[in-house]
Amino acid sequence: MNFDALAGVLLIPALAACLLAALPGYRLTSRLNVLATFLTFATAVSLFVVEPRSGPYLLVDDLNKVFIVLTTFVSFTTSVFSASYIGHEIEIGRLKLSYVRFYHAMYQVLMFAMNLALVANNIGLMWVAIELATLTTVLMVGIYRTHEALEAAWKYFILGSVGIALALFGTILIYMAARPVIGEGVDAMVWTVLITQAAKFDPALLNVAFVFLLLGYGTKVGLAPLHAWLPDAHAEGPTPISAVLSGLLLNVALYALLRFKMLLALNPVAIAPGPLMVTMGLISCVFAAFMLYRRRDIKRLFAYSSIEHMGIIVFAFGMGGPLANFAGLLHMTMHSLTKSAIFFAVGHIAQVKGTQKIADMGGLTVTNPILGWGLVLGVVAIAGLPPLGIFMSEFLVVSSTFARAPWLTIILVFGILVALGGLFLRLNAIAFGEPRGPTAPADASYVPMFAHLAIVFMAGIYMPPALVTGFQNVARLLG
Amino acid sequence: MRGLSFDIAHMLAGSLVLVSFMQLYQDRLYALLNIYALHALILAMSVAWQAFVQDAPHLYLTAVIALVFKAIVIPTALHKIIVRLGIHREIETVVGVGPAMLLGMGLVALAMVVMLRVTAEADPLAREDLAFALSVVLLGLLMMVTRRNAVSQVIGFMSLENGLVLAATGAKGMPLVVEISVAFSVLIAFIVIGIFLFRIRERFDTVDVQALDRFRGERR
Repeated sequence: MNFDALAGVLLIPALAACLLAALPGYRLTSRLNVLATFLTFATAVSLFVVEPRSGPYLLVDDLNKVFIVLTTFVSFTTSVFSASYIGHEIEIGRLKLSYVRFYHAMYQVLMFAMNLALVANNIGLMWVAIELATLTTVLMVGIYRTHEALEAAWKYFILGSVGIALALFGTILIYMAARPVIGEGVDAMVWTVLITQAAKFDPALLNVAFVFLLLGYGTKVGLAPLHAWLPDAHAEGPTPISAVLSGLLLNVALYALLRFKMLLALNPVAIAPGPLMVTMGLISCVFAAFMLYRRRDIKRLFAYSSIEHMGIIVFAFGMGGPLANFAGLLHMTMHSLTKSAIFFAVGHIAQVKGTQKIADMGGLTVTNPILGWGLVLGVVAIAGLPPLGIFMSEFLVVSSTFARAPWLTIILVFGILVALGGLFLRLNAIAFGEPRGPTAPADASYVPMFAHLAIVFMAGIYMPPALVTGFQNVARLLG
Repeated sequence: MRGLSFDIAHMLAGSLVLVSFMQLYQDRLYALLNIYALHALILAMSVAWQAFVQDAPHLYLTAVIALVFKAIVIPTALHKIIVRLGIHREIETVVGVGPAMLLGMGLVALAMVVMLRVTAEADPLAREDLAFALSVVLLGLLMMVTRRNAVSQVIGFMSLENGLVLAATGAKGMPLVVEISVAFSVLIAFIVIGIFLFRIRERFDTVDVQALDRFRGERR
């Protein structure tokens, strides 16, 4: 078989970006966008069938296969949602037709950048890919050209740039640590070479490098003291981009962090990366949970909820061990699916109501039952109520860490409960009570939202053994 | 030869830190821009010297990028933007010059303590380069947080990025340096085009970032 799936996940988005940049109109291009993301998804799935060989620049292993399939799947469903969302935005004149070409091209460039970051075997290449992903999302966040959108894009730009600059410094330090052992040249930045030699690296340099990487990529993950860009970027950009940001881009940055964590874990003298990640995770979780209570904007609300969940995930990975890693991985998958489903609902709700302010919404379950109940289901899932998937993964995170660090776990559970209260308080105002605001029926595509929620629901009740084994392999790999 | 090449590299990297300090106390945008051009010029010389010492011809490309793009094109473009926006007299700092300089000295001391201690076994050239590079990075960060003006924040970011290029070229034999410097140039070009195309001036009547805060989504 000559067809290389590894090249496919990179080339399809790249070619689609060129094509979509050239084509006018939006009906055809939004369908092409769906087609391209679907092809990328199909190619990504084929990675499980035929595993391509890893080279010095690209690699495929159990860890990034999970990330690639999740990324391509959510970007496929998001493109379906995006087609109907963008159609409506053009009808009401919020988005100019001339920007749509740009929007679709950027969407594909973002897919390319995220896939490249995930398959990169070279830590320098990975950094360049994450920078590219940051740039494209900055451009998309500012696409409405309003005061708020420009401010959000600027803030995201500056904070994101500082983050990736710090990450580059960390990358350089990793190279400095590797050079005496591996020798000069490309090999000292190749992940598969680094991981075999990590035990011999200078521990002091590795420590400093990890601090920079944690601060740098942690900014992109949206960890608490560095999260300031995240709510603005989510709230002011087009909703499909909020879904992709929350569901995927945060994961990609987390993936970079996990790679370096594996590197450090192999060096016996270097600091344990776990406690640093646990601390930042807990701070993010508890801080974001309290922030949920004062949100007046529906997209900001769910942006803070993303920070909270990234905190839980980073906490789980920071605790480490096969069980906690498994829980973290499952939670990450469930969060991506649920949060993007919520943003699909929120996008259509904001279009129906003509605003994102929670105060101007109400009684959605009466006026727009499908959207309203979809949102209710999504929030029930994201808050971690049984029997949905997030309950499962949160339960696993808590039960796997409780024996080792009961006090930390209690703080985590406190954060989760506070967040649950905040989410339901807001949900009550949006979905129930007296109907407020316009009540026109939504011209929406419900399939992506309910597809995601169905998967999350299924995962809460029954997980296919193949999936469990796959996740267990990855969890072992993470150490 | 070894002693001389070391001394020259040392001098150039040290000058970069010094120029970073000079940026901290500039209170006019034009002056700040000129100092930034000087910063980029010294970076170009330092990179070219590293290319010569390490016998790494590809680094000359990075040096040329630094010289043409950062020392000439970007300052000229920003100069035009400043004229167009009519903000050449404005500059506002959040903290005064004195505290900013003291903070800067503290950061440089921190960079020295951290980097010199952890790289005790690395070769002295790379070691001192890294310590200087971290100082430049931290001073760039300091500049970004002490300025409110969007243009001077960008200049702060660019000098931060110069520090990164210094670190990357100081790490002997590091691959992808040219690619990374190109990626950074694209990023900076985007920022500059961003300031210009987004026409923050027209939208907000000022490039003072504090004015942007009024438009925060939740304070409506």
